[in-house]
Amino acid sequence: MSTVTLKSVSKSYGKVKVIHGVDVAINDKEFVVVVGPSGCGKSTMLRMIAGLETITDGDLFIDDNRVNELEPMDRNIAMVFQNYALYPHMSVYDNMAYSLKLAKLAKSDIQDRVNKAAELLQLSEYLDRKPRQLSGGQRQRVAMGRAIVRKPAVFLFDEPLSNLDAKLRVQMRLEIRKLQRELGVTSVYVTHDQVEAMTLGDRLMVLNDGVVEQFGTPIELYEQPATLFVAEFIGSPSMNIVSANANGHQLTLTNGTQLESSTSASGPVMLGIRPEHIVQDTTGNLLVDTGMVEQLGSNTLVHGTLSDDNTPVVYSLPGIHTEQSLGEKMRLGVSQDSIHLFNSDTGQRIMS
Amino acid sequence: MEKRVTFKGKKLPLLLILPQVIITAVFFFWPAGQAIYQSAFIPDPFGLKSQFVGFDNFTFLLSDKYYLAAFTTTAIFSSLVTVVSMGVALWLALMADRIIKGSSAYRTLLIWPYAVAPAVAGVLWLFLFSPNIGLASWYLEKLGYQWNHTLNGGEAMGLVVLASAWGRISYNFLFFLAGLQAIPKSVIEAAAIDGAHFWRRFWTIVFPLLSPTTFFLLVVNIVYAFFETFGVIHTITSGGPQQSTTILVYKVFSDGFVGQDLGSSAAQSVILLLVVGLLTILQFKFIERRVHY
Ligand SMILES: Nc1ncnc2c1ncn2[C@@H]1O[C@H](COP(=O)(O)OP(=O)(O)OP(=O)(O)O)[C@@H](O)[C@H]1O
Ligand SMILES: [Mg+2]
Repeated sequence: MSTVTLKSVSKSYGKVKVIHGVDVAINDKEFVVVVGPSGCGKSTMLRMIAGLETITDGDLFIDDNRVNELEPMDRNIAMVFQNYALYPHMSVYDNMAYSLKLAKLAKSDIQDRVNKAAELLQLSEYLDRKPRQLSGGQRQRVAMGRAIVRKPAVFLFDEPLSNLDAKLRVQMRLEIRKLQRELGVTSVYVTHDQVEAMTLGDRLMVLNDGVVEQFGTPIELYEQPATLFVAEFIGSPSMNIVSANANGHQLTLTNGTQLESSTSASGPVMLGIRPEHIVQDTTGNLLVDTGMVEQLGSNTLVHGTLSDDNTPVVYSLPGIHTEQSLGEKMRLGVSQDSIHLFNSDTGQRIMS
Repeated sequence: MEKRVTFKGKKLPLLLILPQVIITAVFFFWPAGQAIYQSAFIPDPFGLKSQFVGFDNFTFLLSDKYYLAAFTTTAIFSSLVTVVSMGVALWLALMADRIIKGSSAYRTLLIWPYAVAPAVAGVLWLFLFSPNIGLASWYLEKLGYQWNHTLNGGEAMGLVVLASAWGRISYNFLFFLAGLQAIPKSVIEAAAIDGAHFWRRFWTIVFPLLSPTTFFLLVVNIVYAFFETFGVIHTITSGGPQQSTTILVYKVFSDGFVGQDLGSSAAQSVILLLVVGLLTILQFKFIERRVHY
């Protein structure tokens, strides 16, 4: 049983405020992913939870205890660092046993726990090696092992996969997810990779310039992005955003194209459509000049522009197409429900 | 891909290493050869002629109780200088590594003693601890301690150790600080999360990771204590009182240039050369094995 609660937590370095009053409650056994662009304050937030950075303002609770002033070692957390931070002069076994030795566990207990973790992580045959004799993926596992032997209340991960190659990253991603489910340990995971975030998290926290833009399940974020920032950040390729003028359910694009939306608004708005929601439709209202084509195998990405306008539009068509087979102009359609509207000043989602 | 400059002929590369070869020959091989040659002779009392005696100079030295005492003195002196200068430097580096604000000013100030010539440093400490007029000895007297290193051998040793170590601290500090800053912050943080307090982290993580630096400094400092402390000893104690601060190098000087026994002095420098060579080899053999690179 462990929950993590942040109550208007903020952080300043001198006069520069990098985290602006974050309010978040993380449930027991939950896997929360903090995602956002570089420099938005993800690491800072994680390090405040770990106790490696002081909290300038606000309260941090682990379970029901306020832990603001506790040393990292007294918070019952374990952290996996981006560069793994293994102890280079110790064997894999000693790396994992270090915290247990410090906690003065019996030698047989230590052996038990380390061996069990090593088995779980397929490290049993490497226990005598030094970290430099391991591959990147194996080092990553040792770092995981060092975290799990302690049976902490909370796991903290700071971009643990970013030093691995693409294929290994996918594999380790699944392993981390599986491990977290099995162990049932509340986890906070930082990444700037939105695909990683979508696949790993029970809930995602999108951070932008030290502000939480949205906190919800991956599907919520995908289907109902709360802000323009989330809309553009989540989903790959990212959502098309164009400006439009709304009159009730009727939208007029800059080139005069008329679209119907299920939500209504009035005046200037920002309109968002995901590339995968644009379909080929001979009766559709959207006329585009096709441009460059990216063939991904199962589908084809087309980079076009609105006709009579230079507004770029990206859309995804199932199957294989070429620039020749598509022709110079295409007529496309969008269903009413896949149109997202945002306030053009505040970037907030328009709900009604 | 290896980057390597290749030369066509042999003339240019030879020409390029020539300065180094000349320097080594003039300042090392030639005097070393001279020392070995002279160690086999005894000059007559007027210094006009010398007589070939083979290994007699060596056999005499190794049974001379003053010479053997100089060995012990050297061992004590260089161990103390090394331990004090490295210990203090490491402690200062640890503190400097922790502070961020003003650390560059702190660093610059700590480097200054290195720029002070050994003889000048010796005079400086001599003034401080001069039994009659010294500032430090005046304070010691206030505290009820009668300081006089010109009479007390232990105090004399303490003073030359202090003066020699002091000049060395800056140098060691710089290397220790660089070594500390090369240790990734996250490794230290991981240890802090794992439950290690400051000193525990120091002994189990920082110190082992610092061992290449420590080893290097150990070798360099011992060689320093053996040879380069001559100026300090000469200005402060001149090897006294009663030879209590006469280290091997100082004895080479006093027997050779003061006592005019060039044969014995030459034999001593040959022995010294062998001792330092042996020590360095031993260090590399035994300590380096325990160093984690
Ligand atoms: N010690 C510090 N002093 C001053 N500013 C800092 C310090 N550490 C971080 N910052 C600033 O805080 C902001 C957030 O940094 P943080 O490391 O949390 O970003 P991040 O989201 O983890 O980025 P990345 O994805 O690149 O790791 C950045 O603008 C950074 O410049
Ligand atoms: Mg970061």
